[in-house]
Amino acid sequence: MSLHLWIIPLLPLAGAAINGLLGKRFPKAVVNAIALGSTASAFGYALYVAVQFMGLPADQIPHIERYATWMTAGAFTAEYGIYLDQLSLVMLLIVTGVGFLIHIYSVGYMEHEGGYYRFFAYLNIFMFFMLTLILANNYLLMFVGWEGVGLASYLLIGFWFLKDSAANAGKKAFITNRVGDFGFLIALFLLIKHFGSLQYETVFKALTAYPVEASAGLLTAIGLLMLVGASGKSAQIPLYVWLPDAMEGPTPVSALIHAATMVTAGVYMVARSNAVFNRAPIALMVVAVIGTLTAIFAASIGIVQTDIKKVLAYSTISQLGYMFMGCGVAAYGAGIFHLMTHAFFKALLFLSAGAIIHGLGGEQDMRHMGGLRKYMPKTFWCMTVATFTIAGFPPLAAFFSKDEILWATWASGNHVLWLIGLIAAGMTSFYMFRLWFMTFFGEYRGTPADDTHHGHDSHDEHGHGTPHESPMIMIFPLMVLAVLSFVGGWVGVPAALGGSDRFDHFLAPVFQSTAEAPSGSESTASSTAGHAEHEETGTELLFMGMSVAAAALGFLGAWYMYYKRTDLPAKMAAAAGGLYTFVLDKYKVDEFYGAAVIRPIVLASTNILWKGIDATLIDGAVDESAAGAQDISDGLRHMQSGSIRSYAGWVAFGAAVVIAFMVWQGVR
Amino acid sequence: MVPLSWYLILSAILFACGVAGFLIKRNIITIFMSIELMLNAVNLTFVAFAAELKMLSGHVFVFFVMVVAAAEAAVGLAIIIAVFRTRETLNVDRVNLLKL
Repeated sequence: MSLHLWIIPLLPLAGAAINGLLGKRFPKAVVNAIALGSTASAFGYALYVAVQFMGLPADQIPHIERYATWMTAGAFTAEYGIYLDQLSLVMLLIVTGVGFLIHIYSVGYMEHEGGYYRFFAYLNIFMFFMLTLILANNYLLMFVGWEGVGLASYLLIGFWFLKDSAANAGKKAFITNRVGDFGFLIALFLLIKHFGSLQYETVFKALTAYPVEASAGLLTAIGLLMLVGASGKSAQIPLYVWLPDAMEGPTPVSALIHAATMVTAGVYMVARSNAVFNRAPIALMVVAVIGTLTAIFAASIGIVQTDIKKVLAYSTISQLGYMFMGCGVAAYGAGIFHLMTHAFFKALLFLSAGAIIHGLGGEQDMRHMGGLRKYMPKTFWCMTVATFTIAGFPPLAAFFSKDEILWATWASGNHVLWLIGLIAAGMTSFYMFRLWFMTFFGEYRGTPADDTHHGHDSHDEHGHGTPHESPMIMIFPLMVLAVLSFVGGWVGVPAALGGSDRFDHFLAPVFQSTAEAPSGSESTASSTAGHAEHEETGTELLFMGMSVAAAALGFLGAWYMYYKRTDLPAKMAAAAGGLYTFVLDKYKVDEFYGAAVIRPIVLASTNILWKGIDATLIDGAVDESAAGAQDISDGLRHMQSGSIRSYAGWVAFGAAVVIAFMVWQGVR
Repeated sequence: MVPLSWYLILSAILFACGVAGFLIKRNIITIFMSIELMLNAVNLTFVAFAAELKMLSGHVFVFFVMVVAAAEAAVGLAIIIAVFRTRETLNVDRVNLLKL
């Protein structure tokens, strides 16, 4: 049975093509209809597919559709095809669903912006590539989507390309991603070399013949290289630096690409490649460590940021760290679960932040906000749900997903990682409530007519007096996402709380069918994370209590510092002195990269590649050959004297030479 | 009978005279006559060989050369007259407008 899955990615592509090529002449209503229509129908079709998928017998999962051969080179072939299993189905619904909501929101948010059609064409092309990424049935097609979303991200970060900072942020994102892609590509080359294919089912089947690697080997190398790619796309240490800068893009873009969907591609890729990672415990451990470190590192930066979008950006990096942490302890289901809830609540956070920025006429600095609860009550309530969700209060969505990750980490024996994760959870709660209190409570600290702080989001063309609530078309997606952020976690209520952990069980076939090692030596990571928790319900409840306590502690800290005693933060910052500025400067990582990587490359490019090779060697060769031709012509020119007798002399001379040559030939 | 080589030697001398005259002389009429001399030296070679080898094609070729020479003389003299009218000289060293 064919589900005609190709329709799903092609709908947004058609929308992008129509809007991108012809949209300039369309009125806004037509642009809206095309962009939203294509996304809505993709979402609708995805829902239909989901219903059909539920009816498929277990032996027809994964559902693979092949359409055409893309390329053949010797024994290697890559095809256009779609691979639908539980994992890609979840991703499909997240991407189309959240994507559609953000499209709706963008209609309101981008209303006053130039390049309206361009924005929606880019959004649609992003949807196309993202859907290609998650639906592809081989790594090469996935890589096409992988690169494509990078392109869309670049275009949308630099949407206001007349602003230098936006153009630079776009470049930074693209180039940083390319560093990661390099690793991913090498991993693909290794797969081709050793398995002769990039088709998922071929590779995964071939992998079952490989034992778990006790020491570093081929699969460890592939896993680590994939991690390099994933850490570029998903903004993990050491390649996370592009994501905070990516906030230069319009806020809906930050919500869709840099929070809900694209940045989770790395997590998806790791989960998809679980067959590799399960056989490479070392690579898996590195994934967990990287994720955990990123989680706490980004959270600590988030605590001191004052730009509302920057706080959310570091929060995104931190939450992605959690997902990697979950994948790294082989609890892929937990990682994907958190991916889903994160898509809901982080999209909600960004869209709410966008509504605030919109209502304040482009203001992004939280020090100039405050008291907004009165001005924008609907946004306030949506934001409140999101804040409590991300902080991890039950029974909201992220409580279940984050807790599952933390529990899986503890259960896998990585107690240090669990502790770091727990501290990071407390920090998350602290910085989110800091944002919440600074934005919505106290007195409004903005200066309505002041233009010096405006323009960060290029919203300054309509002069704002007092803050105002956003139009309904922006509030509606917020409400839907708020509901999802509230109840989204209920699909995965763990057994310890009387649930059945349906989400995990739904995804389990994806991660189990490839997990069995033929040699019988079970991966330590995969065995412990699975279903060991049944006997330890009591312990699990205790750990949940600790998570909630950490969240509550963060709440109280933020409440005390940013509501009760608002003079305290400044004093503490002064007391911390150098440490505070060091964290405020994001640990000077950008400066370090600048000195360690960018400067040497720029210097080498300038002196060797530009001045040495290009200017001297290539330009020199061209210039010299031109000058040489001129010199030779200059000499030959004198032969053309205009004097008939000299011409005749040359003719006679030439004839003499010819005759001499013929005579000489004859003699020989 | 006069041997072939004598004809060829005479022809070579005539041709060399023609070349020398062509190169040395400045008067364009003289140069023209030198060209005629070279053509006739070649004609002499043709007929000498034709007689020696008992082949008619050599004779035929001589007529062709004569016709071409006559045509060339007509055109050439016309050009010379035209040049003289504009430059008022027959000295080829003064007719050097084709110089770059």
